[in-house]
Amino acid sequence: MLDTLVLSRMQFAANISFHILFPTITIALGWILFFFKLRFDQTDNPVWMRAYRFWVKVFALTFALGVVSGITMSFQFGTNWPGFMETVGNIAGPLLGYEVLTAFFLEATFLGIMLFGINRVPSKIHTLSALVVAVGTTLSAFWILALNSWMQTPTGYEIRDGVVHATSWLEVIFNPSFPYRLAHMLLASGLTASFFVAGISAYRILHGDPKLAPRLALKTGLVLAAVLAPIQAFVGDLHGLNTFEHQPQKIAAMEGVWETEKGAPLLLFAIPDEQQRTNHFALGIPNMASLILTHKTDGEVRGLNEFEGNHPPVKPLFFGFRIMVGMGMLMLAVAWTSCFFLRRRGELPQWMLKVVVAMTFSGWLATLAGWYVTEIGRQPWLVTGVLRTADAVTPLAPANVGFSLTLYLLVYAVLMWAYIHTLQVMARKSVKVEEFETAPPQASGKLTNLPEATEEGAA
Amino acid sequence: MSIASMSLADWLPVIFIGLMGLAVLVYAVLDGYDLGVGILLPLGANDELQRDTMIASIGPFWDANETWLVLAVGLLLIAFPTAHSMVLMHLYIPTAIMLIGLIMRGVAFDFRAKAAVDHKLTWDRTFKAGSLLTSLTQGYMLGQYVMGFESGWSAQLFSALSAVGVTAAYSYIGAAWLIMKTEGALQQRAIRWTHRAGRAAFVGVVAVSLVNPLVNPGVFDRWFTFPLVMFVLLIPMLCFFAFAANEILLRRLPKVDDRHSWIPFVNVVLVFLLCFAGLAFSFYPQIVPGQLDIWQAASATESLLFILVGALIVVPAILAYTVFSYRVFRGKATELRYH
Repeated sequence: MLDTLVLSRMQFAANISFHILFPTITIALGWILFFFKLRFDQTDNPVWMRAYRFWVKVFALTFALGVVSGITMSFQFGTNWPGFMETVGNIAGPLLGYEVLTAFFLEATFLGIMLFGINRVPSKIHTLSALVVAVGTTLSAFWILALNSWMQTPTGYEIRDGVVHATSWLEVIFNPSFPYRLAHMLLASGLTASFFVAGISAYRILHGDPKLAPRLALKTGLVLAAVLAPIQAFVGDLHGLNTFEHQPQKIAAMEGVWETEKGAPLLLFAIPDEQQRTNHFALGIPNMASLILTHKTDGEVRGLNEFEGNHPPVKPLFFGFRIMVGMGMLMLAVAWTSCFFLRRRGELPQWMLKVVVAMTFSGWLATLAGWYVTEIGRQPWLVTGVLRTADAVTPLAPANVGFSLTLYLLVYAVLMWAYIHTLQVMARKSVKVEEFETAPPQASGKLTNLPEATEEGAA
Repeated sequence: MSIASMSLADWLPVIFIGLMGLAVLVYAVLDGYDLGVGILLPLGANDELQRDTMIASIGPFWDANETWLVLAVGLLLIAFPTAHSMVLMHLYIPTAIMLIGLIMRGVAFDFRAKAAVDHKLTWDRTFKAGSLLTSLTQGYMLGQYVMGFESGWSAQLFSALSAVGVTAAYSYIGAAWLIMKTEGALQQRAIRWTHRAGRAAFVGVVAVSLVNPLVNPGVFDRWFTFPLVMFVLLIPMLCFFAFAANEILLRRLPKVDDRHSWIPFVNVVLVFLLCFAGLAFSFYPQIVPGQLDIWQAASATESLLFILVGALIVVPAILAYTVFSYRVFRGKATELRYH
């Protein structure tokens, strides 16, 4: 039988993994929607409105899943990790509190206006609501990443009687890893949302949607991805350097470096073995890891053996990191190739559309892999150097946690199926249904506002 | 502790229990009506149009309504972390079940409008079941809280009673909301629902009010101490009048030009307010009845100050745009349509 610690960690991992999928989409999708609405206001071109109206529905659905899984998250601290709040509650509490106060109400209230209020408020106020929702989702990311980064690299606090007290809120919020982590996550959200938008639009086009709106959304997604992917590579590198400075044991596990060495190789593949403390089947580029991390070919990289008994498990970090970077490179390649086609031919060939569809949820994979690296990489600490994960867990009986974990897993599995299935239904429905939201239907029943080459496109 | 001698460190917990109380009360009223609408959702084959209208009446609001729960739990977590851990540890399983209920209704709401047509009824059932589950577990948790988390059979019985009582109260406020937000046949139906739910809620409130002082001696002393008793008994009296006023008014609704259709809702809000005041009066300044008071449970002064500054700026803004949103969506609910 698994103990309470392992079950609670599994439950937390399950909850947060499920939760992060939805905000990752909505943070950036909120801005994309604002862009669509703004373009409509500027150009009066109904195609922007049509794109907006399809994606706002997807946004609402995704947002709802984010909300309900987020509420579940907010209870986890109290139910499973009482030691967390008892020790660092003075820091974590206010940061979470500011998230609720500044972000949650803003998003929730103005989302109502954004979804149902278009005929009830002036167009300007409606556009403003879209902006407020986007700002709200981003603010939410700001606070939660401030807390997460503080747990990774805590500053601005002192410990009195075993309890953490804040000494400088500015240092707590703008702790050393926060700017990098926030930028990295916002860009990750941008990439996830762009491939999500591009993927579903490509799916619609492949199913014979003749309308201009999905083509516009496809282009928006792909161009955005093509711009963001290289920036992400750059920011990711900076984030890595920051981690190297503050959490060297995490980098050592990501790179599979056991002994402290000068001129460490960049391992493209290996199977790290924690028992024998070595790598099998290692294949690497000599001196490359040192070059990346220290900008010198013979720079020193501290190895895991310096942190024995106090470093994170190696395998998940080593592979998680490679999955994330691999996905990033794939995204870059797909985005740039697609943009090349769009520029040369004005559209994507069938096979490329299929590739884009296959990439719909690529952002999820990269985001999850990245978060596993950073969160497992913090172990065995819950708050680096302050509180160990094992010391924060609830004294509840394993059976209770096992019961709730089973319940959550069941519900999450059903919801995941329902979400993807519903996206599919919505995409297919939109292929057939012309939404006459901006132009009245023609008497002949013919579709309005279509691109020129309607007939063969509908085949 | 005399008021004059209280320092900032003594005042902050009082301010925060006030804020938390406000959040709980606003949550109970706002999510109360949308949970109530969910509980009342008729599942008959001919009811689809009415279901659409009912859900449209809460569409723009439910999400923000639920956020008050996050705020209430958040404030408990921020200001009284020890109490937060203690309460949630005791209520681990009901909390998990409530969360499942909240998940079910939150997603059903969106899925029903977007899923394939033949799945719509399934999502409506999910919505109703989720609302019911959430209300029942919240009532059960309230009962457990009042009983100081005892596990004996009398505590369980009381909690079960409280579960039914809270569910009835939510149905009551939900039905009254529908009288205000709908018209025609659905409004007629809502009037009947309000009538029935009101009586059930009345029985529930009376039962809880009688049992509470009997099982908690501290509560009894507090309520029945002369001369305070003359004053505080106004709470149950006013509550009774609010129930009675609705009972009389409901017989005369609907009136010409839809006059007075908003009064039942206001009356139910009054009932909620008074019940809340009664509970607060019973236990303040205890935050976990019989175990912990607000000063023992409070976090560090600097943390409370940091969040208080933000709260004083932001909470009025939240209230302002909440009012704005209700103004935007005032009037009768029509067919649900995404824009």
